[in-house]
Parts: sequence; C-alpha cells; structure tokens
Amino acid sequence: MVNALRRILEALGRRVTGRIWRLGFAARFLFATLLHSGTALKRFHLTIREIYFTGVLSLIIILVSGLFVGMVLGLQGYDTLQRYGSTEALGILVALSLVRELGPVVSALLFASRAGSAITAEIGLMKATEQLSAMEMMAVDPIARVVAPRFWAGVISMPLLAALFSAMGIFGGYLVGVQLIGVDEGSFWSQMQASVDFREDIINGVIKSFVFGVIVSWIAVFEGYDSEPTAEGVSGATTRTVVTSSLAILFADFILTAFMFRG
Amino acid sequence: MNDDPLIRLTDVNFAYDQRPILTGINLVIPRGKVVAIMGLSGCGKTTTLRLIGGQIRPSSGRVEVDGQVVHELDSDGLYELRRRMGMLFQFGALFTDMSVYDNIAFQMREHTDLPEELIHDMVMMKLHAVGLRGAAGLMPSELSGGMARRVALARAIALDPMLIMYDEPFAGLDPISLSIVGELIRKLNDALGTSSIVVTHDVQESLKIVDYIYFVSAGKIVAEGTAEEIKHSTEPYVHQFVWGEPDGPVNFHYPAPRPYGEEMLAGPGKKQVWW
Repeated sequence: MVNALRRILEALGRRVTGRIWRLGFAARFLFATLLHSGTALKRFHLTIREIYFTGVLSLIIILVSGLFVGMVLGLQGYDTLQRYGSTEALGILVALSLVRELGPVVSALLFASRAGSAITAEIGLMKATEQLSAMEMMAVDPIARVVAPRFWAGVISMPLLAALFSAMGIFGGYLVGVQLIGVDEGSFWSQMQASVDFREDIINGVIKSFVFGVIVSWIAVFEGYDSEPTAEGVSGATTRTVVTSSLAILFADFILTAFMFRG
Repeated sequence: MNDDPLIRLTDVNFAYDQRPILTGINLVIPRGKVVAIMGLSGCGKTTTLRLIGGQIRPSSGRVEVDGQVVHELDSDGLYELRRRMGMLFQFGALFTDMSVYDNIAFQMREHTDLPEELIHDMVMMKLHAVGLRGAAGLMPSELSGGMARRVALARAIALDPMLIMYDEPFAGLDPISLSIVGELIRKLNDALGTSSIVVTHDVQESLKIVDYIYFVSAGKIVAEGTAEEIKHSTEPYVHQFVWGEPDGPVNFHYPAPRPYGEEMLAGPGKKQVWW
C-alpha cells in the first residue's frame, strides 16, 4: 500500500520535473534562436521565403474564416441589439469584437493549426532524415539557417494575418448587417469610426497578435527541433504544437486582456 | 603506419547514458588513403564518425584531426574544421526543399562570396564527376536511391575537403549503383587527393576499393589490416564476417535471461493485462 502510494508520487514527481526541464530547454532554445537571428535578418530573403510558406499560404483560411466570423457576428449582434433598439451600433459591436479579441485569438488559433503544425512537421522530418545533422557537418548552424528564419517569419506574419482577419470580419459584418438586414450604412460606419480607439483598441489588438505570433512560432520550432526522429515522434510533436499553442494562446489572451482592461 | 596521419584516435572511450559504446579505440587514418571501418550494425561504427566530426565528445581519450584535438575546439574552431570535411550520410540526407543544383551549391553559397557564375561552374564540375550533370534541375524526390547517393557524394566534395566520411554508402543500393558508388569513392579520393573513411558492413564491395580495414565489434577494434590480410585472416570473427557464415563467434540469438526449455515450461508467468 505504502509502496504503491510512493510509486504514484514518484511517477507524478517525475512527470512534473520532466515538464519543468522541458520548459527550461524551450526557454534556452528561444534564447539561442534569438542569439542566432543574425543570419535570418541579414539575409532577409531566407525569412521572406518562410513568410511565403507560413503567412501567404495561410491567407485563404484566414480570409475565409474572417469573413464567416464577421457574418455570424453581424447576425448575432443584430439579434441582440434590436432587443434594445440600438441596431445602428452594430458596426461598433462587430469592429470592437474583432479588433480587440476575435481577430488576434481566432487567427492565432488558425495559424497554429495551419502554419505551426507545418513548421513542426518540416523541422521534425528534417531532423529525422538527418538533414539537420548534415547541415551541422557542413559547418552551417541549423538554428541560424533553419530555425530562426521560420521563427521570425511566424512573428512577422501573425499580426498581419490578424489584421486581415479583422478587416475581412468587418466586411462580413457589413455584408450581413447593412446589405442583407438593412442596418443604416451611414451609422454603421460612422459609429464604428467614432468608437474604435486607435491606441486602446487597435494597438492592443496588434500587441496581442504579436505575442501570439511569438508563442506559436516558438512552440512550433521547438517541438520540431526537439522531436524524436521517428514517424511517431514527428506526429506526436505536431499534435503537441497545435494543442500546446492553442492553450497558450488562450491563457496569454486572458493575461493580456486583464492587463489591458480598464474598468 | 604513417608519421603524420590525418586522423589519430588514442584510447578513445565513449559511453551513452553509462552504456559503453566504444572502449579503448586506437585508430589511425593516413593521408591520401581510403580506410574502412567495418562491423555489425550497432557496433559503434557511426559513433566513431561522429567523434571525428565533433558531433559528440569522447568520455576519455584523444581524437585528433589534422593536428587539432577535436573535442577541445570551441564551436568556431569546430565549424572551421568541418568546412574541410565532407560527409555522406546513410540515406543521403539531401535537403528535400532544394533542387539537386541548390543542394550542391549550398555550402559554396554559405561559406564563400563567390559569384553565381563561378558557383554554377563548380556545381556542374561536381555533378559531372558523379555523372549527374543532367539531373541538376531535379528535386531529391525525383531521384532513385543510387542517384540520391551520388548527389550526396557530389555535395560532400563541394568544397574539396581534406577528408570525406561515408556512413554506410552502400546500404540499400542495387548492384549497379553499388559498384558505381564504390568506384566513385576510390576515384574521387585519388583525384582530389583527399582521405576517406568508409563505414560499412558491405565486405565484398569495400574489399575492392579500400587500402586498410579496421574491424569493430562491440565497441572494440578486433582486427585490422589490408584487404588481402583481411581476406585471408584466420581470426574467427573476421572470417565469419567476411564470408557471411551464420555460425561463429557472433551469435544468432540475442541473449535471453533464461534457457529456452525453462522459458517454455514457465509459461507467461504474471498475468498480462492488455492495457
């Protein structure tokens, strides 16, 4: 009995310390990536190429999702606002929801599953097929040549994608609210312009998406680089990237919102 | 064997998680020669290459390459040394997101400021040397196993290294590709004036091309000699290996905790739970 209890506690302890070790490795890895970012920034075409793969190729899913989220916001927002007779405020509701919250969060979640998983799988497979070892043997640092450009590409792409997501969402809200339901177009846009504050709303949204970009890119490159060089290892790492970064995004979103909140 | 060898390993031990992989390795690679390190899979051959390339450090002993002690170099020194080494990985390890041409140009672009015209000429020379000038525009996924190995070979010699290391260059090749790769290893070594280490378990092919052979078994060097000496060796392990005999010092059975009969009589023992 006592032995069984001890075994359970030991196993728990091992798991916890294992996680903390791994977090430490991840932190050191991020530090090394930042330290070896010279190549990615000096030879910027390496980063541009990765921006194409992570950012440009994520455009379709981001734009389409943004449009639909905005359209749903238009419908739901109208439904609620009309109970209070203030349907002309639909523009504010759609814009603020998107710019402050949904734009950064939903686009980051989509980015994690579309681009983050791809980065992990690519780096993991490069490791499994010894491409990273080969690079090391050619005296080329894989962190500088492979990891850093992908990391920075993610960090740069994320705020841009979030902005496009919000813009598409606002357009979707306009389509449904103004064109379909018939909310007054003038008040839709003018109230939005009057109420959305550049610093309070837009800049805060951009800060959020930047932080999410760092989180997703960091997790994605680390999981790829740290993956077991086998088929199961790479698939496990890809899953972990999506799960961990989604949770981290939602957690960080709460923390950031709490800091930005002014009651 | 030679007064100023390119590589000298002295009393090298290496353990992984306290499990000894290499014990007391003494090995010399003279300049300009092709030397094979042979042994069964998992006997520590690839580990030896990784020690020479500085990817791992020995637990004790000395690894010297061209007069420098590899495990005492800092990362700049190590990278400097690696620029003068070429390595062919077991399955080529070509960069799958780049064409054959870009794979070979990779190191030239990373390490030199040469103009693209010159790089083009150099890449074509290397590809011509392995007979694949026509494949420059292909992607690695479009190559057969033998072609991929030759491209990797061209990439390994991209910067005219002083040492080329081959990790299982013959594994998984058809007989024609096998002898082409074998001949290339010999020819390139002599034409470029480099030294080569071939880690392999392909006895017949290597005996044709190498100057000297080390036999590794369970992390120790058990025999060494020229191809002729090895062929006529009476050492039981070498004899079994060279002639591929099922019986000899190398057992067919992996060591089991108890004898066969006892195991069968005892049954599964504790009831196994499927989850």
